[in-house]
Amino acid sequence: MARRRPLRHVTFTVGLAITAALLVVAGLSLVYTPDDPLAMSMTARLEGPTGGHPFGTDQFGRDILSRVMTGAVTSIAVGVIAVSIGAGIGVLLGLLSGYGGGWPDETLMRLVDAVQGFPAILSALLFTAVFSPGMVVSMAAIGIAFVPAFARLARGAVLELREREFVVAARALGGGDGRLLVRHILPNALPPLIVQATTSFPVAILAEAALAYLGLGTQPPYPSWGLMLKEAQNFLSLNPWFAVFPGGAIALTVLGLNLLGDGLRDLLDPKTA
Amino acid sequence: MRRYVARRAAALVATLVFVSALVFVVVRVLPGDPAAIIMGTEGSPEATARLREAMGLNRPLPVQYVEWLAGALRGDLGRSIQYDLPVGSLIVTRLPVTLPLALLAAVFMVAAAVPLGIYAATHHRRAGDYAAMILSQVGISVPQFWSGLLLILFFSVQLGWVRAGGFDGWSSGPGPALRALLLPAVALGLFQAAVLVRATRSAVLDVLREDYVRTARAKGLSEGRVVGLHTFRNALIPVVTVAGIQLGQLMAGAIVLESVFALPGLGRLALGAIGARDLPVVQGVALFVASSIVFINFAVDLAYGWLDPRIRYE
Repeated sequence: MARRRPLRHVTFTVGLAITAALLVVAGLSLVYTPDDPLAMSMTARLEGPTGGHPFGTDQFGRDILSRVMTGAVTSIAVGVIAVSIGAGIGVLLGLLSGYGGGWPDETLMRLVDAVQGFPAILSALLFTAVFSPGMVVSMAAIGIAFVPAFARLARGAVLELREREFVVAARALGGGDGRLLVRHILPNALPPLIVQATTSFPVAILAEAALAYLGLGTQPPYPSWGLMLKEAQNFLSLNPWFAVFPGGAIALTVLGLNLLGDGLRDLLDPKTA
Repeated sequence: MRRYVARRAAALVATLVFVSALVFVVVRVLPGDPAAIIMGTEGSPEATARLREAMGLNRPLPVQYVEWLAGALRGDLGRSIQYDLPVGSLIVTRLPVTLPLALLAAVFMVAAAVPLGIYAATHHRRAGDYAAMILSQVGISVPQFWSGLLLILFFSVQLGWVRAGGFDGWSSGPGPALRALLLPAVALGLFQAAVLVRATRSAVLDVLREDYVRTARAKGLSEGRVVGLHTFRNALIPVVTVAGIQLGQLMAGAIVLESVFALPGLGRLALGAIGARDLPVVQGVALFVASSIVFINFAVDLAYGWLDPRIRYE
């Protein structure tokens, strides 16, 4: 089948455009924001959108546009690190489990089943009870919640690939287990893992926002979209816009990443399209 | 089927042992000294030592784990430090909020998603299908707690139809209680419904391409019978799997929505316990919720075997 041209794929292109815009905004916020996102102004509290503050101001008179822009960096950072944790641990467990077989496989898979009982919120609750809440707890809790999906995918790929001719041939040529796994099996198992990573990313962003909202993740005064919504909730009747823009930023980001993930899945794995 | 159930049950027991071990490791082993965490900076060394003794923390970890697990199996999850009440009974008092919330959200999820998914599949690549997919894409992108806030903003702040939150219990009848749970359940179920629409659509589409569906159509059966009788049961397998996994997600999501709507459920119990450094309560709630999710997954596996006999013989 001829390779499809990615930019002709509407879902992929729209997703890519939104994600690129997010990255540009996040990058820009590192060098420029319309206002200092931490600067308070007691004379301009809870204002609706105006020329000076296009997204309005929060309860301390801080510029919501600047805080939404800076919040993008938090979301991306937590998302990237959480997905890396989940993918790293999950793929390692899945490869070892699938390649080893027997009782270690059974045991590891039961462990993965058990981890599946801990959605990010629950792990974050547990971690926060013993460590102080913050971005690190968010990243770890969200990352751990991703482990089962990556482990299952990697294990499935190993089970399918390890009896294939090119792997058997490599073993017959004297390739050791490590070399077989890393050089021959892993590269062939990558496409579904890449798709999983892309689809996990928006989930991580939603989870980071939820954890920050609950007070279990990013802490004030750092701008995080979830944290902004938590603060906005107390002023819903005074300035509804305060809740609209950070939430809209989350929704738009997740929409873009979801579209990108769907498009990528169609392009990389036409069977499931 | 009996062998299949036995195999799944054995896996369930092993998984539950791991669940308990994970909770135990995070709460009792990772922090080093849980008594010091509970007492905080203001605790004197003597008081911390007394608490350590009272909680049995001086004994070897494996002994502590086995005793804690044996207690948990009898329903004894320890005593809350904040309330001085058994953790088990605290959890039981919060269930009448969290469980109905999750169940109501599940009902909303299935009622909204399954018909919409079937509609989208039977109108494949037509306007209705695209509209359903756009709706589900938007639904998946909106965080549950934000939809909760928007619902409060619209129905409570703007229209004044319902209270912005709070729950008076079931004593004054199911009407007011269900009213209090309605908005949070919609916010909770909306996201999951969006996921389920896609799963239902793709499952029904897969089955509609099967030869036996073509045969059913060739026999002259009405489209309603083709979809209702021949397609739906076979499409149900992936739908049940996804819906089952989502039930577990609803339990976790309820924790967030309880905060948005100030509902006194399990999530608020755990969050309050974190603030008060009440480790036994956090440990108990985590064990309860994680075990419930594992049980739900087990039930999904059984349903899977019942719906698709091929799976039992694998």
